[in-house]
Amino acid sequence: MKKEIETLISSFKDRLSPTIIEKAMNEIPTTVSKKDAEEIMNLILKATVKAKVAPGECVGLVSAESIGEPGTQMTLNTFHFAGVAEMNVTVGLPRLIEIFDARKTIKTPMMEIYLKEGHSSLEQVKTFAKKIKETLLAEVLSDVSVDILDQKVSLQINEEAAKSYGHDTAQILKLLKTKLKTFSTSQGESSNEIELTMKSAKTDNLKELHGVKGKLMKIKIHGMKGIKQVLPVERSGQYVILTSGCNLKEVLELDEVDSLRTSTNDLYEIEKVLGIEATRNAIIEETVKVIEAQGLNIDIRHIMLVADIMCVTGVLKGITRFGVVKEKSSVLARASFETPVKHMFTSAMAGEVDKLQSVVENVMINQPVPVGTGLPSLITKMK
Amino acid sequence: MSIKKHNLVPKHTLLTDKQKEKLLADLHVTIKELPKIRLSDSAIQPLEAKSNDIIKISRESRSAGNSVYYRIVIE
Repeated sequence: MKKEIETLISSFKDRLSPTIIEKAMNEIPTTVSKKDAEEIMNLILKATVKAKVAPGECVGLVSAESIGEPGTQMTLNTFHFAGVAEMNVTVGLPRLIEIFDARKTIKTPMMEIYLKEGHSSLEQVKTFAKKIKETLLAEVLSDVSVDILDQKVSLQINEEAAKSYGHDTAQILKLLKTKLKTFSTSQGESSNEIELTMKSAKTDNLKELHGVKGKLMKIKIHGMKGIKQVLPVERSGQYVILTSGCNLKEVLELDEVDSLRTSTNDLYEIEKVLGIEATRNAIIEETVKVIEAQGLNIDIRHIMLVADIMCVTGVLKGITRFGVVKEKSSVLARASFETPVKHMFTSAMAGEVDKLQSVVENVMINQPVPVGTGLPSLITKMK
Repeated sequence: MSIKKHNLVPKHTLLTDKQKEKLLADLHVTIKELPKIRLSDSAIQPLEAKSNDIIKISRESRSAGNSVYYRIVIE
């Protein structure tokens, strides 16, 4: 009996989702007769078909309305301490726009770094945080003076500050030797002084001499590129390091880091490191985070649809005239979004033809749109 | 470092030629109509896929439990 029912259930495999099949396998009691089981499965099938979106339903429009309406109630305030001390996070509408436009540079790039077990005591977390924080030369200097006459720059190292990052003057001197090509470096008079002398002693090098000061300040002496601020916080009994600025690739390669949970809010970084499917998931998660933080409620299917559209070409594309809209085949549809004249001109020059197969262009010329009951058409078999 | 198990990355599997033909027939689509994935995508590096292969992606959907998605590999 049991076998019979199982074969019956698996015969529905191509019409029902694997989750439902699995559930049916587990939950339909084996004591029912074959006839009853068949009826149950037919009922499930009926309910599934009913729950599906009807062909021709304009899901994109419904999604746009469903996201747009609560969007009007969101805060416009970008700077907001979102529960995290001393760290600015973009929230509300500005963040939502950032996500859906797939902005290349976002206002507050962040990372959440989880550490592996055995590396997560408070002490270890603190040392780790210090290890990855990007430290520039400017932070360990107490004084910089430019001597125009001798074409020299002398740096006073604040040894105490340097020591807290595990550096001393000799190490910094060594580092500068490799970083600066046009200057020769040497130890100055006192132990914490470094002198830079220009290699080619020309008089018109004044500009460069001044320029080098700015360049010096930005030399990285410690930590990881891009990570400007670190903040260890406790979350449900576990330490998480929040960073401002992100460098997902290098952080994931570190031994102490739990590379399964560590993530960032920069979608392009995720696309580069984890691939397009991860990007889709990140779009959904980031959007849900924004919406929930505002106390709003949007059905997740709408967000999933948008995320799917943004990732369908294998590359992250924003909902802008450079992204998703550019992919549209119809000239009129593209022109209806932004910069109409530009689109008209370029397509006229290229001799593009609009086949009027989609919605927007048919609205424009007052024809029935291929949506809902407007979608099906009659086909006659010619004999 | 392997990104395969990262929380954001769903399971990617490569379809064999037979499975590929069956899938296209079942879904009534041509290869061009499927969503795409780049050959250089980091999630498919361990699979050693070639272009025009189909990648099956087993997503954990919030609304439907497990759901299956397919992408075609492009250059």
